[in-house]
Amino acid sequence: MNLRRDVFQAISDPTRRAILLLLTAQSMTAGAIASNFDTARPTVSKHLQILTECELLKQEQQGREIYYHFNPLKMKEIADFIEPFRKMWDDKFNKLETVMRKYKNK
Amino acid sequence: MDMKTQIQAEEGKQELFITREFDLPLDLLFKAYSEPEFIEQWMGTKVIKHENKNHGSFQFETSHNGHVVFKANGTIHQFELNERIIRTFEMENMPMGVQLEFLEFEKLSDDSSKLTIQIIYRSEKHRAEQLKLPFAFGISKAHDRLQEITNNLK
Repeated sequence: MNLRRDVFQAISDPTRRAILLLLTAQSMTAGAIASNFDTARPTVSKHLQILTECELLKQEQQGREIYYHFNPLKMKEIADFIEPFRKMWDDKFNKLETVMRKYKNK
Repeated sequence: MDMKTQIQAEEGKQELFITREFDLPLDLLFKAYSEPEFIEQWMGTKVIKHENKNHGSFQFETSHNGHVVFKANGTIHQFELNERIIRTFEMENMPMGVQLEFLEFEKLSDDSSKLTIQIIYRSEKHRAEQLKLPFAFGISKAHDRLQEITNNLK
């Protein structure tokens, strides 16, 4: 079964967050990424697979090597995801302000 | 863009911060959070119970066409007039579970004040459930709107 990946699941893991942080500085091969962690190589591969599946990373073939790039557009999606929550509170607080100003001017 | 209300939800944490500056004197902002008459107006819910004291509790309920559609409750741990409310908050039958809230009220000037709410969830996953809610609602509203437009075209 191929589980549908979502970005939030992807960034819920500390190793995956560390990988993302690493790749914001430069593109790297799987081997180079793995050398930064104590975790077993297959575990790192699994993390890379998850991050790629949810498009936080992109793969690029350069000769015999595959390089992983960070995809900032997908991270923006996470910021956009919080926006409706912010908007909901903003609307509520605007209402609060209106209600209390009306009371004050009575 | 006007960003009077700000949300800070750091990755990997199970808490979030909501901050907002109001063009209201501190005592009025605090009243909006402590007096049922005002809570009902801005939150759009009925206040069943609201005890403004340490170890007090509160209950909200919203009905639509005679059916209860929303229920929330919590315990007030600390109540400091015009300063602070520490309470738990739980929306019943919702996946985000019980949350712990620290509400800090601050005077900025004679007619302005600031509210900082720190909300702590049971886990990062519970926080995600909370953030997902208005997002999903926004999508379904957009979908309804689309449906409406398409129906009008028929």
